Amino acid sequence: MIMKNYLGKTYIIFDRELMGYFRTPLASIFLLVFLALSSGMTFFLGRFFERDQADLTAFFAWHPWLFLILMPAIGMRLWAEERRSGTIELLITLPVTNTQLVIGKFLASWVFTLIALVLTMPIWITVNYLGDPDNNVILISYIGSWLMAGAFLALTSCLSALTKNQVIAFIVSSISGFILIMAGFNLVLSSVRSWTPSWVIETISSMSFLSHFSRIQMGVFDLRTLIFFVSMIILCVWINVQLVQIKKAD
Amino acid sequence: MKLIVAKGLRKSFGDFIAVDNVDLEVSRGEVIGFLGPNGAGKSTTMKILTGFLEPDSGEILINNIDLKSDPLKAKEFIGYLPEGAPSYSDMNVLEFLTFVGKMRGLNSNLLTTRLGKMANQISLKEVWNKPIETLSKGFKRRVGIAQALIHDPDILILDEPTDGLDPNQKHEMRNLIKTISKNKAIVISTHILEEVEAVCSRAMIIANGKLLVNETPANLEKQFTNKDIISIKVSNKIDSILAKNLKSSINYGDVKIEKVNKDTNKILVSDNKKTLDLNTVLKQVYKFKLNVIEASFIKSNLEEIFRKITTTNASS
Repeated sequence: MIMKNYLGKTYIIFDRELMGYFRTPLASIFLLVFLALSSGMTFFLGRFFERDQADLTAFFAWHPWLFLILMPAIGMRLWAEERRSGTIELLITLPVTNTQLVIGKFLASWVFTLIALVLTMPIWITVNYLGDPDNNVILISYIGSWLMAGAFLALTSCLSALTKNQVIAFIVSSISGFILIMAGFNLVLSSVRSWTPSWVIETISSMSFLSHFSRIQMGVFDLRTLIFFVSMIILCVWINVQLVQIKKAD
Repeated sequence: MKLIVAKGLRKSFGDFIAVDNVDLEVSRGEVIGFLGPNGAGKSTTMKILTGFLEPDSGEILINNIDLKSDPLKAKEFIGYLPEGAPSYSDMNVLEFLTFVGKMRGLNSNLLTTRLGKMANQISLKEVWNKPIETLSKGFKRRVGIAQALIHDPDILILDEPTDGLDPNQKHEMRNLIKTISKNKAIVISTHILEEVEAVCSRAMIIANGKLLVNETPANLEKQFTNKDIISIKVSNKIDSILAKNLKSSINYGDVKIEKVNKDTNKILVSDNKKTLDLNTVLKQVYKFKLNVIEASFIKSNLEEIFRKITTTNASS
């Protein structure tokens, strides 16, 4: 009963937040931009046809960079808007815990991203029509992409609790996301490799969204990657709960 | 039965003490008016009572439940209208109230009943399906009240419920508060003193975070009746001898003569101890064959009392 009640309240928050995306033009604009950019990048930058290979590498390779901008756009309002409009007072004085609020809101944004990813599936159908791709790799890449989006969103939601200004939340989240991507970039790593102990390099590299996502794209979905993204989400959600508590009255 | 019991509430933000050792008890059927200048600590106290802010020290019992140790249970008994009546502007009225109702744990039957009641009682029918962002300030405030009342709570905490409303809307809101107050404990904050006189059973004046007065509006006035003034305007010249005679025959503590213009004067009578009587004063004035053109009894009102209490405290 208590568990049902707990999940029930989380679901009500989730439902309000998810429907909130569709009440404004935000959802349609976002979905359009996401579909246009992801397919544009696949066909023009990724040279989908010229590669002449039946896979979606050209599609997934751009996801970290797309998410870098688009996930902060989805997540920036989660808490900044509540604080700006004062509705945070309503939420917190309801019989609900901060953890339920944070999880409900985060899940709404994550499921919204899932909708966006599902809408790209025609590209999966296309590649099956044109050739004989390894569908397992594609499925794993989709799951990996959604997990990475979750990590970006959890980070954005967390940073959004720090400010009342959505634009600041967006910029700070994008910069933080950029650092997390670049941490795995060889160019960056090689520049510090000469003077940094190798374990530091290893640690930085293991924190990188890019390294984990590259492995997924190759169809390698190991436990480390799953643990990385899931623990990243849990950590950010936990920090988010603390930040809501600390910053609610500012 | 006491629905709110708060003892020794204290809250500071850095060096600034917002609430300083405030005690508060509210029973069912009572309407408490929280009065005080801006920044006095009214809103902070209300935020503490609703569980939005945690006090630095002190304890709060909501319907005998400790707000600190069982906040979720305690919050079920409270309906709260935060300052400025915030709401989700992208939702329409029905969606918003349904959301709050569900969060308050109402099942679908009860929710439907309560929504119907809110639509009628708070007069929201005509905007029921309109987005909140398109509503006037008055309607937004009503939506705020409706969300606080949706679960029919025992305790209502309303932070400036009539702020920004036009006189008719204010009147309606006060009537509503009076109607629902019979079986609830209500705390409202306001700057408007007539509101306290109109709806509150007790006035609490708070300044610099301290609770200065906790009295019924009537008692409060009684204590300060020595501030009543009788003002009599006469169309006569009053020279110093006449003034001296008037003062000695009008048997009250303080008699002043104020020159209005060349031929008109005002006699102002007040007394710190005795209750003034207009007739007695007028009889004395007529004895001197003065031509009275205006006589009035200026009762001290809450406004003056409030100013006196809060300014005295500020300067001390």
